[in-house]
Parts: sequence; C-alpha cells; structure tokens
Amino acid sequence: MSFDAAYFDLGRLDRLSYGETVMHRLDPRAKVIATGLFLVTVVSFPKYDVAGLVPFLLFPVLAAALGDIPIGFILRKVLIVSPFAVFVGIFNPLLDTRTVAVVAGLPVSAGWLSFASILAKFALTVSAALLLVATTSFPGVCHALRRLGCPAIFVSQLLFLYRYLFVLAEEAMRIVRARNLRSFGGRGRGASVFARLVGILLIRTLDRAERIYRAMLSRGFAGDLPTLRNSRAGSGDLAFAAATAILLGVFRFLPVTEGIGRFAQGLWS
Amino acid sequence: MSHHIIDFRDVRFRYPDGTEALKGISFRITHGESVGIVGANGAGKSTLLQHMNGCLLPSAGEVTIGDLQLTAGTRREIRRKVGVIFQNPDDQLFMPTVFDDVAFGPLNLGMDEAHVRERVESALSRVNGLALRNKPPHHLSAGQKSAVAIAAVMAMEPDILAMDEPAAYLDPRSRRLLIELLKTFRHSKLVASHDLDLILDVCERCIVIRDGRVAADGPSAELLTDGALLEENHLELPLSLQRR
Repeated sequence: MSFDAAYFDLGRLDRLSYGETVMHRLDPRAKVIATGLFLVTVVSFPKYDVAGLVPFLLFPVLAAALGDIPIGFILRKVLIVSPFAVFVGIFNPLLDTRTVAVVAGLPVSAGWLSFASILAKFALTVSAALLLVATTSFPGVCHALRRLGCPAIFVSQLLFLYRYLFVLAEEAMRIVRARNLRSFGGRGRGASVFARLVGILLIRTLDRAERIYRAMLSRGFAGDLPTLRNSRAGSGDLAFAAATAILLGVFRFLPVTEGIGRFAQGLWS
Repeated sequence: MSHHIIDFRDVRFRYPDGTEALKGISFRITHGESVGIVGANGAGKSTLLQHMNGCLLPSAGEVTIGDLQLTAGTRREIRRKVGVIFQNPDDQLFMPTVFDDVAFGPLNLGMDEAHVRERVESALSRVNGLALRNKPPHHLSAGQKSAVAIAAVMAMEPDILAMDEPAAYLDPRSRRLLIELLKTFRHSKLVASHDLDLILDVCERCIVIRDGRVAADGPSAELLTDGALLEENHLELPLSLQRR
C-alpha cells in the first residue's frame, strides 16, 4: 500500500468513529468494559476448544451491524495483522501430531486444532478492538480509561499520540511527495536517501515537540491535561454492559455450540 | 492601569548555537496600544514574541510586563497576563477536541466547570467556531484551526495579546473577520506580520525590526507609507496604498 493510501485508510477508521448510531452513542466506559470482558473471556478458552469460540462471532457481527461499520473494512484490517498470529501458531500442527478427531475420513491432529483456536482468538480479539475504536472516538476511549483508573500520564501519551499521529503522517507525506516529484527513473529512491528523510522527519518532530510544549506552557500547563467530564453513563449504558457480561458468561460456561447442534439435529430428524 | 504595559529595555538574545537574534531592543508599549512588528525574514520578530511570555528569557537587558520583570520565577504569573498566538496553529492545538483545547487554559487557571464552559462558548462564538467544538483538530481546515487557536487564547482573557503572523493561513474573508475581531480587543496587543495591510488596519503604531535592532518606531500611517524605509527592510508599500 502506498503511503497516501495508508494514511487515508487510517483517517477512515477515525472518521467512522464519529458516526451517530446506537453503538456510537453508548458511554465509552461501557464499551471499554464490554470489550475488556470480551477479550478476557475469549482468551480464557482452553487451547483445543475451537467449537466454544464460534458463538463469540455474534459479538463483533452485532457490533458492526449496530454501529454501521462495513465488515469488509474490519476484515481487511484483521487480515493485514494476521501474519503475527499465523507465525505464532504455524508450528503447532508439526509439533503436536496426536490425532484427536477424524473429519470426513481425514485425521485431524491436536496441533491443527490449537492452531485454529489461536487464529480464531486472534480474529475475535483484534476485530473487537478495532470495532471499539471504530465506534468510539479515540478521545472518548482515553477519557474512559482515565475514569476507569488508568494513570494520567499514560492517558496523556495516548491523547498526544492521537492528536499528532495525523500531523506527523502529513509531514511525512509532504516529504515523500517532495522526493517523488524530483526523483526520476528510480534514482533518488534508494536507502541512503530514505535514511536521510527519516532523519529530517525526526528533527522536524523534535522542533515541533518544542513548539508544542511552549504553547502548552503559554496556557498554564503544569503537568496534567485537565478536561471536563462531558459524558454521563445512563441506564442504557449499564444495561449494555450487563447484557454483554451475562451473554459472555453464558457463552463461556454453558455448552452453547453443542446446544445449537442438538437443536439443529432435532429439527433435522 | 500599569499592568498592561510592555517594556523592553536593551534586550539581547543569543541562541545556543551562537546566533545573536536580538541585539539590544528597547521599546515601551502602554495600556491599550496596538503595535505592529514588521521586518524582513530572520530580522528577529518571532524571537521577540517568544520573550513576551517567557518562552525565551533575555540573555541581557530587561523585559517588564505590567509591574513584573520577566525572570524564570515570574514567567508563570506573566503567562496569565499575556496570551501568545503562535504562527502554526497545529502547534497550538494540542488537545484531542476543539472544546478540550479551548478549555485547557481556563481549566489551568483553576476555574470551575460552569465558568469554563461559559468562557469556551463565548470565545468560540467570537471566532464563529461554536459549531466546531466537538471536532478533533485534524478534521479542521487551516483557517478553522487558526480561528480555534485564537479562541483558545482569548478564552484565558489575557491583558495583552501577542500574535505571530495571525493571518498566514487564512483566506481573504477569514482574514477580514480576524481584523474585525482584533479591533474589538481593547487591551494592548502586539502583532508580528508581513501582512502590512493588516497592520495598517489594526495597529496605530508600528515598530520596524532590522537585524535584531529597532530600525524605526512610529505611527503606522507614517512608517508604512515610507517607501524607502520599507524597501530597506525587504518590505513593500501596503497593497491598499500601491497605485497600479
């Protein structure tokens, strides 16, 4: 992906988060808590339990549908980071060759099962995190973290990251464009030029950091980023968090997949 | 009202790399005056403005704001009085939303929530930016960013306003609105700019800086019509005075 395309793609995730749907309007804290519970529950499954993970697909699908988030967009993002998960689990089928099931005449080893479980957990957790960011403005997530007891300095870092990510990306984009406009036939695109560009970007960033810090001091900065609390959790938010928690508990501790399977068999016979 | 006085006495400043940016600048601005700072690129305008609220401290000489002499110890106090609007609004808007950014100063002044909201709303409506309040700065146009940066400083209700090239990113209409806005600010103000028409409109007095020294100091109407002086300083007659 070219630099510009990557930048606009990042901007798209950010734009999505300023939507106006039921999901967007929920209190960020409720969403952060629900996502956190979801992550913990998914990760807590034993390593051979793939069937138990299937019902959890319901959560991201529902969140995307309610939040009006294009599923294809989320899936593409999941795919981009998937190599990490693939490399974590790729050797499991080779190391763990015990046969645990036979599907359509082919033996399935425990390694393949645990590999599938790693991939499923990965897809579920990453899409849940992406959906949280896509349905909640980033400052909203940060303030939620702050109010849930996350240290102020950590939250400030996140807020600055968000604020200046786009400024930095634009700066880099300008430098890359300026280079491309004056490099012909592949000359000027080599590693040595690239190294210098990165150096320039670093120096510009340091200069900017100094100017920002001055602007902050000029307005009375004394070590903390104060903000007004402008969200209030209502009964809807509580209900959302409670419903998610209960559903997660049911999916975790009751054999839901088996139940659905039995039910389907019952319909069939 | 002694607290709106700005007094520079033989101020010198040398950057750590040895460049001497200010070589003995003296002037005195009294309450309610509005003064334009003009000069060539690199003449020392921005360095001078950084001295207004102690972002830089003079290597020699004295800066006095109101009845306080600028030192490392008094600069926090001085920053309450002097609002500085920097050239690049991206440096100035560091909070994640427009509202948070404008509220930043008032919150640091220790105001309560109701007061802060009031300040933010009135500052934003002065720059026609009330509709932007929940937006993140990176979704704003350059002109909107400038407007919000000005509101963020106005919200602190400073006694003295210092601006570096305030109209640099503005389209003609926004620039006109800015000029009208500046005219409504009754306290002392200092505007560094190459936009001589803006200076002519907003400031009755003008200081020309050349090579770290005051080259001329007098009524804008006089200095900005002096073709020879302007040319010496890499400037031109304001467009409104040029005949085609």
